[in-house]
Amino acid sequence: MISIKNLHASIGEKEILRGINLEVKAGEVHAIMGPNGSGKSTLSSVLAGREDYDVTEGEVTFNGKNLLDLSPEDRAREGLFLAFQYPVEIPGVSNINFLRTALNEIRAYHGQEEMPAKDFLALVKDKSKLVELDSKLASRSVNEGFSGGEKKRNEIFQMAMLNPKLAILDETDSGLDIDALRIVASGVNKLKSKDNATILITHYQRLLDYIVPDFVHILYKGRIVKSGGKELALELEAKGYDEIKKEFEIAD
Amino acid sequence: MSLIVDNKSAVTQNLLEQLQKGSGKIAFIPDAEIISAIRHLENKGIPNNKHEDYKYCNIEAVLRKEFKSVEQSFNELTNADIAPLKLEEAINLVVVNGNYNESLSEKIIVKGLTVKSLKDISSSQKTLLSSQAKSDTDALIALNTAFSNNGLFLDMEKGNVIPMPIHVIYVNSGNTEIVVNTRNFIHIQANAEVTLVESFFNTGSSKVFSNFVSEKFVGENAKLNCFTFQNEGPLSYSVNTNQVKVNKYSTYSNTTTTLGGELVRNNHNVELAASNCEVHLNGLFITKGTQQVDNHTLIDHQMPNCESNELYKGIAKDKSVGTFNGKIFVRKDAQKTNAYQSSKNILMSDDATINTKPQLEIYADDVKCSHGTSTGKIDTEALFYLKARGIGEESARKLLLQAFAQELIDKIEIPSLQERVLHLFEKTL
Repeated sequence: MISIKNLHASIGEKEILRGINLEVKAGEVHAIMGPNGSGKSTLSSVLAGREDYDVTEGEVTFNGKNLLDLSPEDRAREGLFLAFQYPVEIPGVSNINFLRTALNEIRAYHGQEEMPAKDFLALVKDKSKLVELDSKLASRSVNEGFSGGEKKRNEIFQMAMLNPKLAILDETDSGLDIDALRIVASGVNKLKSKDNATILITHYQRLLDYIVPDFVHILYKGRIVKSGGKELALELEAKGYDEIKKEFEIAD
Repeated sequence: MSLIVDNKSAVTQNLLEQLQKGSGKIAFIPDAEIISAIRHLENKGIPNNKHEDYKYCNIEAVLRKEFKSVEQSFNELTNADIAPLKLEEAINLVVVNGNYNESLSEKIIVKGLTVKSLKDISSSQKTLLSSQAKSDTDALIALNTAFSNNGLFLDMEKGNVIPMPIHVIYVNSGNTEIVVNTRNFIHIQANAEVTLVESFFNTGSSKVFSNFVSEKFVGENAKLNCFTFQNEGPLSYSVNTNQVKVNKYSTYSNTTTTLGGELVRNNHNVELAASNCEVHLNGLFITKGTQQVDNHTLIDHQMPNCESNELYKGIAKDKSVGTFNGKIFVRKDAQKTNAYQSSKNILMSDDATINTKPQLEIYADDVKCSHGTSTGKIDTEALFYLKARGIGEESARKLLLQAFAQELIDKIEIPSLQERVLHLFEKTL
């Protein structure tokens, strides 16, 4: 699905990713954990195509295509989805209009016709149930005045609507209470299939109680320093990040 | 220094000669008034950018550079020319090159409503003219007063409510460069209610300098709901002055959309001359190329318990320039005034310019006044968010700009006008 090789990225003069290697196959769930400032969000931003970062070395292949050559919109159209850590409020653009535009642009990219309005509305109704999103929120402006939990649920709702091949969930658990976490996790679990893959970026093990990963990677100072199964997350939870820091202290 | 003065008066003199040659006697304005207007004009000259109120809008330079010819040749227009400019749900009235054209206008029989050419007004109606637009306050008003043609007089009698909007189509058209001074008087008597749309076009193949002056009087407990639609095209330079006076318990609102015109200067001056009245001024512009749009508003709170709201938004592309200058006076008797003003702008290019200048002068102590302005580029976070969902750069920009303008487009309550604005707005994005 996605193959990341020796990925280096910087913002200005500062190098943040210092040689990431990661292979994710269809049907898999990977968790990337790490202390603050380790480069977790940079990785998701670089993959989604945020222009603030310069990729200085390495390559990323997504479904056989060079991902780094694609514009952010084409990455999305190819099936990459980033659930934002801080979803953006867009006053004046309704959720519905936004999703219809997105869905139809993705369809046009694949040579498909626009989705008939009736089918689209049926899809909205169906998918909003998945994350227990109030149908009223669908007609409101994108994320405007949404609570933290509603914003995160809206991200998963969008994911359900766009049906991506690879979803990257950037700290989707942050700022969620336990009920909202359960709803979001259950939505993600229902969307899982043998044809798609998920990368969970998280600081805490808590989310992984609900969405069980096949692989856990520890990111530290811009590199994946340790990989393992789901038990690695539990180990990390028990020991804390300090152990990792001691073990992999890299001189700057 | 003397050079500048000479130059200034030269432009004014040239203009006076041009216009005097072509104009007949203006029957509806007393001679004394005309003479005084010419005197003011000669003294003041046409304003250039050294004039504080015209700092970003050099009218004198426009006349000097773009309007040199002395000959003025006006086009006649037919029903076929006017048809596409009409609004289907309105009563359409037509003013061509400053003259009310009865044969192109739709015939109306509405209780209490009088529409006629200024040349046909009664002597008592004549006394209303120039009561609000005073030559000594602005050289462009003086110019209009001295040379205006037979514009429109609209009167709504006491207590009458018009069931449909009145749409006045101001269309200018010339074979040569032309200078048009259009004038009107809108008189809404006590307890009457009128919805008025004023649209501005240039259908000719030559440059037009349009100097429009409208006096609007809103009587006690009356309502005047106005929509101004400006789409004059690249050959047009215009100054549009609205001198409005509102009275006790009355409401005046105006939403102006500016989509065309090489230079558009709007002077919107509202006098809240009595207590308990309400004024709403809204404006939306989108400029491209080398267009200039300059919105000047003056809200003059003279009496207590009144409210005013201003919301102006602009999008400036390419090398265009947008200006908002909004002054609010709260005089010492105007206690319990609520006055709000907001101007928000988006710059779409590094070469575009936005000037904003809010001015509050408050002499009463028990008032609520606020103003805010913001000018920035399109929100890159929002843009990235849309793109990350598969929406292309261009559609994403359009969605965001439309969202920015929607609040104002929503205020245009007349469906066919709203559609017209939306269509042109999307085309310009």
